[in-house]
Amino acid sequence: MVTQKEKTVEKKRGGWLRTTAGQFADGIWRQNPTLVLLLGMCPTLATTTTVQNALGMGLSVTAVLTCSNLVISLLRKLIPNQIRIASYIVIVAGFVTAVDLLLAAFVPALSASLGIFIPLIVVNCIILARAESFASKNPPLRSAIDGVAMGLGFTCSLTAMSVIREVLGSGTFLGYDVSFGVFEPMAIFIMPVGGFLTLGFLIAAMQKIMSRGSKKKEAE
Amino acid sequence: MLIRLLQISLGAILVENFILVKFMGICPFLGVSKKMDTAFGMSMAVIFVMTLASIFTWMVDVWLLRPLELEYMQTVAFILVIAALVQLVEMFLQKSVPSLYSALGIYLPLITTNCAVLGVALLNAEASYTFIEATVSGFMGGVGFTLALLLFASVRERLQFADYPKCFEGFPIALVSAALLALAFMGFSGLEVF
Repeated sequence: MVTQKEKTVEKKRGGWLRTTAGQFADGIWRQNPTLVLLLGMCPTLATTTTVQNALGMGLSVTAVLTCSNLVISLLRKLIPNQIRIASYIVIVAGFVTAVDLLLAAFVPALSASLGIFIPLIVVNCIILARAESFASKNPPLRSAIDGVAMGLGFTCSLTAMSVIREVLGSGTFLGYDVSFGVFEPMAIFIMPVGGFLTLGFLIAAMQKIMSRGSKKKEAE
Repeated sequence: MLIRLLQISLGAILVENFILVKFMGICPFLGVSKKMDTAFGMSMAVIFVMTLASIFTWMVDVWLLRPLELEYMQTVAFILVIAALVQLVEMFLQKSVPSLYSALGIYLPLITTNCAVLGVALLNAEASYTFIEATVSGFMGGVGFTLALLLFASVRERLQFADYPKCFEGFPIALVSAALLALAFMGFSGLEVF
């Protein structure tokens, strides 16, 4: 739906930059993968105990998503329709292995704390969803931009969640103490419970804002 | 040996529950928990595939990848094994047990992208379990998944009659109830069997 609308907009205005800006607005806000499309919940809940982990996870997914979108879009006319999902998974798995090895070599601490969730990027629904719904139908450059935009949206929502969880749960921000002795850290926020609660409230807030926006439009 | 297997089972079902403690398989957990019978179908499919996946990935890992020193290819190899396995199971059931196939039908293809299945394969390899330990860990992981999913589905069925703020409709209220379930499962942390 979105892509068709975008294409007509592009034809009308002829604005390449405008479409790109629209893609970024979609990825980060209107179609935010975690908070609006509700994809990729596992890493969102599991890796947001600290801001550092969340940023690492978000950027790894962005890298994988951009590369896989680009390659899948380049190969979109060669891949037979029946085995497309399997082909996508193999392409994604290749990039994930590369990211996994790179992280282990250059940032071993981050790699150790993210642990099994790096290889699990393979089964992250966001990547397959974008491959299926965007990269398989659009030209390479557009798909790569879509990967960056969606990845950044994912990174943003992960960071938002981890800021809430780290500040409230351990009283720190990126490892620095920010509680200043004013409040006692609530350990529940860095436990699984805190993950579910924070995400629930964030999505509720997002739905509230979205419904207000659509009401305004209706009124106009 | 038996005690070790009991340890693995209790760990997989309660202490380290795949959904509520390890955060794997959240998508089906939130996606198919609206009704009890779909939740049950999904759970059975997951138990089945997780057990088979543990068995086959163990074979691939121990007999193929380790002798060839290709451990870094685990992710690619495992996801291929799982995708092929799901496809095979689907074809086999369609031909020989059509009643089970129609019951599990739409859930089977979804399982390829269930993190719990790839997760259990990777965790087994990481812990270098023996064949029996890996099989038990896969099966019990599936049982743990079932327990959490069925508990959650029964909670969600009652949520339909609850009165909550409108912006919490859908996922948010489900996540908040999942949080309460996770809180209950926190009680098991630190449980050990000797």
